[in-house]
Amino acid sequence: MIDTADMLRAFAPHRGNSIVIPGRGGRHWTEISDQPNRDLPVGDPAMGGHASFGLGVALSLPEERVILFDSEGDVLMNMGALPTIAEKAPANFYHFMLDNECYATTGGQPVPNAKNIAYDVIAKGSGYPATYAFDNLEDFASSIEEILGQPGPVFVALKVEPEVENTPIGARVRWQTRSRTQVIDDLKGELGIEGP
Amino acid sequence: MTQHAEGELSPEVVMAEMKKNGVTHVVWLPDSETNFLYLLMEADPDLDLIPVSREGQAFSTAAGLTVGGKKPVILIQNTGMMESGDSLRGWGLSLNIPVVMMVGYRGWTRHGVNTDTAATYTERFLNAFGIQYYLVESGEDAPRISVAFEEASRTRRPVAVLVGDEYHGFNR
Repeated sequence: MIDTADMLRAFAPHRGNSIVIPGRGGRHWTEISDQPNRDLPVGDPAMGGHASFGLGVALSLPEERVILFDSEGDVLMNMGALPTIAEKAPANFYHFMLDNECYATTGGQPVPNAKNIAYDVIAKGSGYPATYAFDNLEDFASSIEEILGQPGPVFVALKVEPEVENTPIGARVRWQTRSRTQVIDDLKGELGIEGP
Repeated sequence: MTQHAEGELSPEVVMAEMKKNGVTHVVWLPDSETNFLYLLMEADPDLDLIPVSREGQAFSTAAGLTVGGKKPVILIQNTGMMESGDSLRGWGLSLNIPVVMMVGYRGWTRHGVNTDTAATYTERFLNAFGIQYYLVESGEDAPRISVAFEEASRTRRPVAVLVGDEYHGFNR
């Protein structure tokens, strides 16, 4: 199992100018990122949509490298997004998936068949040309260059430690420092994108 | 090319509305009612088709495309739209995504009695989310599609076009 913050710190030096959608890793990434205006920490607008959102961003900005930190709960909720990503095959899209084997934000209940799913195999079977799976930080850290050095879409499954929350949602401390719409407007400003 | 009688809503008219409004991507889930449109869209080199396998994916995909400065349209059926409630809320409304969704109005009838619950709940669903919608039944109604695009852009909200061509062409 990998500590999510450690994993993101290992990834950070390889980020370059990539657009990063931190997904479930957003809490840590906002403290690590050195280019917040190139990040899209939109939180969790509706569970299951991050992969398709990442696809849309990647297709709309083919000159930019787009990196998504998805979760296994999200992927399970909309597994049909994987064949769409594979069909559209955005060469600039890198799909990392944090697998903590549970629904951490609701108290840590296991996802279906939590310990026996090979997400990298599912991604491969969906048509991703390259897939990886890691359960320790050292192997992941030594492979980041290889992962990002090839054309996308690439899928990377990462076994991470659960960060279980039991506090009622309304009582949790917000880690977001900007609203979702501000995050989007900041990225558009950074890239010079006009329009609504 | 399929021939259409005067007044019918033809796929060519719908395509012309998309082009007029600068649509770059069509995010859609194919169904028999839109097959004629599919053939035209597929043949158009300026349109990028993105097939999804569950309609909720269309809203998050469209959100991503919009963030990057593109202009997607969502093409789905009313059944799938109702399945997509949380995605419409989260990825459409809460991110202020100005997207037009063209919704095949399965079961719509202006004559006789509706017997399809897909039609029964379509407008109630849209009203519950506060989504403005425009009914398009024939070629004469086609300019409403442009009205929907203008409204989506101005309000930064999803707007629906209900395709209720009862007997002919696009929605048969």
